[in-house]
Amino acid sequence: MAAQSERVQTQSPEPTNSVVASTDGPTTPGAERTPRSGGRPSDGPSLASRFAPYLLLLPAIAATLVLLLWPLVETAVVSFQDLNRRQFINHLTEWTGFTNYTDQLGSSEFWAITLRTVVFTAVNVVLIMVFGTLVGLLLNILGKRMRLLLSLGLLLAWAMPVVAATTVYTWLFDQNFGVVNWFLDKLGWHSMAHFNWTSGQYSTFFVIILLIVWQSVPFVAFNMYAGLTTIPKELYEAARMDGAGSAKIWSSVIYPIMKPFLLATTFLEVIWVFKAFTQVYLINKGGPDGLTRTLPVHAFLEGIGSQHFGVGSAIAVLTILMLAALMAYYFRIILKQEDEL
Amino acid sequence: MRRSLFGRTWPNLIAVVLFVFFIFPVYWMFSTAFKQNKDIVSRDPVFLPLDGTFEHFDRAVNVPHFWTYVTNSLIVTVGAVLGSLVIATLAAFAIARMRFRGRKSFVLVVMAAQMAPWEVMVIAAYLIVRDNDMLNSLVPLTAFYLMMVLPFTIWTLRGFIAAVPKELEESAMVDGCTRTQAFVKVIFPLLAPGLMSTSLFGFITAWNEFPLVNMLNKKEMAQTLPLWLSSFQTAFGTDWGATMAASTLFAVPILILFIFLQRKAVSGMTDGAVKG
Repeated sequence: MAAQSERVQTQSPEPTNSVVASTDGPTTPGAERTPRSGGRPSDGPSLASRFAPYLLLLPAIAATLVLLLWPLVETAVVSFQDLNRRQFINHLTEWTGFTNYTDQLGSSEFWAITLRTVVFTAVNVVLIMVFGTLVGLLLNILGKRMRLLLSLGLLLAWAMPVVAATTVYTWLFDQNFGVVNWFLDKLGWHSMAHFNWTSGQYSTFFVIILLIVWQSVPFVAFNMYAGLTTIPKELYEAARMDGAGSAKIWSSVIYPIMKPFLLATTFLEVIWVFKAFTQVYLINKGGPDGLTRTLPVHAFLEGIGSQHFGVGSAIAVLTILMLAALMAYYFRIILKQEDEL
Repeated sequence: MRRSLFGRTWPNLIAVVLFVFFIFPVYWMFSTAFKQNKDIVSRDPVFLPLDGTFEHFDRAVNVPHFWTYVTNSLIVTVGAVLGSLVIATLAAFAIARMRFRGRKSFVLVVMAAQMAPWEVMVIAAYLIVRDNDMLNSLVPLTAFYLMMVLPFTIWTLRGFIAAVPKELEESAMVDGCTRTQAFVKVIFPLLAPGLMSTSLFGFITAWNEFPLVNMLNKKEMAQTLPLWLSSFQTAFGTDWGATMAASTLFAVPILILFIFLQRKAVSGMTDGAVKG
């Protein structure tokens, strides 16, 4: 997953952002036709300027077609094939129509995994958003030195490469020499002294969720804090003068202002967690007994692990469709907020 | 604002607890990497390895092909970032400065591509690369990484280009520059911070990528550092010292970049934000 990037819309607290908004406003069409002293005389400035944007976009479009659209189409095409080890080695193409889909949609395993993925995503996102918001609020009321300290911790957790972070978590939760088990034992929970975290479904999920939340909270917290700094102090003071308590200040001052940000971030986190692969896969390879398989891991293990490329692709297409539905909803929110697009 | 002693201390207390929670795994990685073996596999964990050792780093670095992994990672990352910078600068200029038919759809495609489910497209990528006989090559890997960072690069550079006042460009053109010259001489120098931060974030993405390289390049000669890192757990069994030393070596460049980037990261987050 690594560094994924997304636009999160707030009330443009960042100075450059507001500059963007103001300079990127409606442009007069005439501005494009500024006289060009060096323009080629043959095709004339208007023709050249009409094609110029497409020429500039050409490399980006070409890259997207070859490197993004092709794999997407290939996924869809293969999902209609019976492509297993034998066909794969002999370069055979055997069409099976919708068999892969009907098999998946009719299998209880697929639906169990889908439900698990949804619950997994929901738990993660709720924890990330609640915890992240609270940490953001805390950053806002801390003194300068404490804020710097906490920011440093958040920054390091955020910056840890996913593969490295996952490795470190396996070590923290190691059965015999992991520091977590030692700590729980010292706290008096002696049955945890040699607990094998990857032996059960819930304990494996616990580690995975802790890892994902640990790495995702800083993003929400920093964003929240950045947004909070744009709320004028007078608003708080006015609310307090009116006798508002903390809860009231949240619901009548902070929440209305931060709502677009919270909504957009929630959806981003949903999309990110839903397709999370590296953490889930590396902690326990979907085990024990496939009980921690989520959809992306399932697609991978079926498609690549068992070399049922057709089946894996069908699962991938179903996953992509679910993500597309989520994204469509996200875009509706973004487009409503955004008129400068 | 006057508050009780309790009211003033509890935020600081929570902050300290949270600081420990967030920093501890990172600290534990570093400290394990420097610990002697007897301290790693001990009943009571050693929290401050005062008699540290570099032997784990020695072992981690001296696995066969280590320098191949490093070189490959650098080639793939630098190639992807430079390629996407060139392509993205052109596209970003078009969408920031020009009005044309299809602009809005292009922007939407960029936003959607930012969230492309690469995790489940690995199967298709594998089949495509295999059918074109390019498994165990750095070329397709670089190309896919380029595509992974391209949407974000376009999106962020668009913001930076739009922030340059149009008047600057126009006055350059009044002075006799062509539009291209105006871009190269006026806008491009002002883009330096944007180019820096996007390329660093692109670097982080490509540096970290695991699922795709895991699939496409099974031969060591074409593998990158994330695979080196994950291979340790089997190669060394439970040699946690070497594993943590490797994790440290892998993470340190990114952590340094991030701290270096911190202000950009935090202030730029509302525009084009990045998640690790």
